[in-house]
Amino acid sequence: MNALKRTPLYEEHRSLNARLIDFGGWELPVQYSGLSQEHQAVRTACGIFDVSHMGEFFVEGAGALDFVNAVTTNDASTLSIHQAQYSAFCNEAGGIVDDLVVYRLGDQRFFLVVNAANIEKDFAHLQSVHDSFPSPKPVFSNRSMEFGQIAIQGPLAAGILQTLTPTGLDTIPTYWCAEGVVAGVSTIIARTGYTGEDGFELYVPAAESTKVWRALLEAGSPQGLLPCGLGARDTLRLEMKYSLYGHELGDDTSPLETGLGWITKLGKSGPFVGKEALQSLKERGPARALVGISGLGRGIPRQGYPVYTSDQSREIGVITSGTQSPSLKRAIGIAFVEKPYEKIGTRLSVKIREDFHEFEVCKTPFVTPGRK
Amino acid sequence: MSYPENLKYTKDHEWAELVSDTQIRVGITDHAQNSLGDIVFLELPKEGRDLKAQETFGVVESIKAVSDLYSPVSGKVIRTNSDLVAEPGKINLAPHQEWMLILESPDAKAQFSDLMSAASYADFVKSL
Repeated sequence: MNALKRTPLYEEHRSLNARLIDFGGWELPVQYSGLSQEHQAVRTACGIFDVSHMGEFFVEGAGALDFVNAVTTNDASTLSIHQAQYSAFCNEAGGIVDDLVVYRLGDQRFFLVVNAANIEKDFAHLQSVHDSFPSPKPVFSNRSMEFGQIAIQGPLAAGILQTLTPTGLDTIPTYWCAEGVVAGVSTIIARTGYTGEDGFELYVPAAESTKVWRALLEAGSPQGLLPCGLGARDTLRLEMKYSLYGHELGDDTSPLETGLGWITKLGKSGPFVGKEALQSLKERGPARALVGISGLGRGIPRQGYPVYTSDQSREIGVITSGTQSPSLKRAIGIAFVEKPYEKIGTRLSVKIREDFHEFEVCKTPFVTPGRK
Repeated sequence: MSYPENLKYTKDHEWAELVSDTQIRVGITDHAQNSLGDIVFLELPKEGRDLKAQETFGVVESIKAVSDLYSPVSGKVIRTNSDLVAEPGKINLAPHQEWMLILESPDAKAQFSDLMSAASYADFVKSL
């Protein structure tokens, strides 16, 4: 068995008495003070997350834009410098290799942030495209080990972070970034996140992560900032119906059936990996859709539970994620269902162990965050 | 957290309390509730069901995790704690007081004495 990988903030988690778990080969905090408490801190005040396990790739030099556009589904040519976009890598069959955020740091300089569990797979995928990519070929590199990443999220995030940086945070709109200094450390300050709240993701040199982490804790604690683990990160994203790779997204799922048509730009100039398969799927129309469901009783849906018609006569889908929503105090879930069962208000039955429980397809996000 | 001496324990992290020579109350340990985190759901068997020792009798769920419950002894379910089903979060606050069910068996006392003592269970938890 391989030893678990640790982030540069591992010792901080130990000293905060975090409960550490194996998350895709990484030893990461699942919670510190308690999941519900951490979740509420992010919804009402502020929370910080160590997400240093995530991967960072750079694509630089002549041909960088064309290369990024050839491997992602969204259109990177629309990005201004310091603008970011949510995107996906697809395989030839139109399945999702990974979802990612693309930051344009220069005219021909791109910073790609990918899921930790997919770093090696993504790199091999990009390498294979790069091998046959026409000249000029950009340089692309996996610099994941050089970066720590700290997310600071919640309605008080901007105010707390502003006390630690001369960069005017008001000048960074949502899904834009700036290259600045936080607590004396060079940082890519991105106004992005995975909670639905206002907030930032800070990309810092791995060796200086601790300095930034401690400064955020110190500056924010008086205002209710809490360190938050993967448990709260999951419930926060679920309440927003944000997809998680390995749950809603996978090599065999298409962005068109997971509600990611908006990042699938079939009309952008030039080919991209998966375009033909996605074009054909779009013409046929996907047979299933990803929906948010809300429990009418107490049973909690979990990944893999089968979904049936309300009369329980036929299996029509599967739960991809589910929990008891800490904000709403009721069971919520995300499910793939056959069309036309995706319509809002449709009653469904979820088989939880031996029994059927009644759910309803509902509007998403499940909660309305208090972002500006 | 200390484990009360009057209770006996299992490796599945349930506790048992002998309430009479023929009746045993069952709950989950502090270690179990702490590992689960915020408990939000509890499913218990119907009263009248016969359970064998180590048989699954229900499910407890936190926000994050689902965990089966195992009967520490054999016996008939004569009562379940419906208040706890309605407010399962109380388990986190007082795990060794919040009982889930009462089992009846003519040899309850003998079965009880075969379970782990508080000291053995504490050592077992430390070894995990």
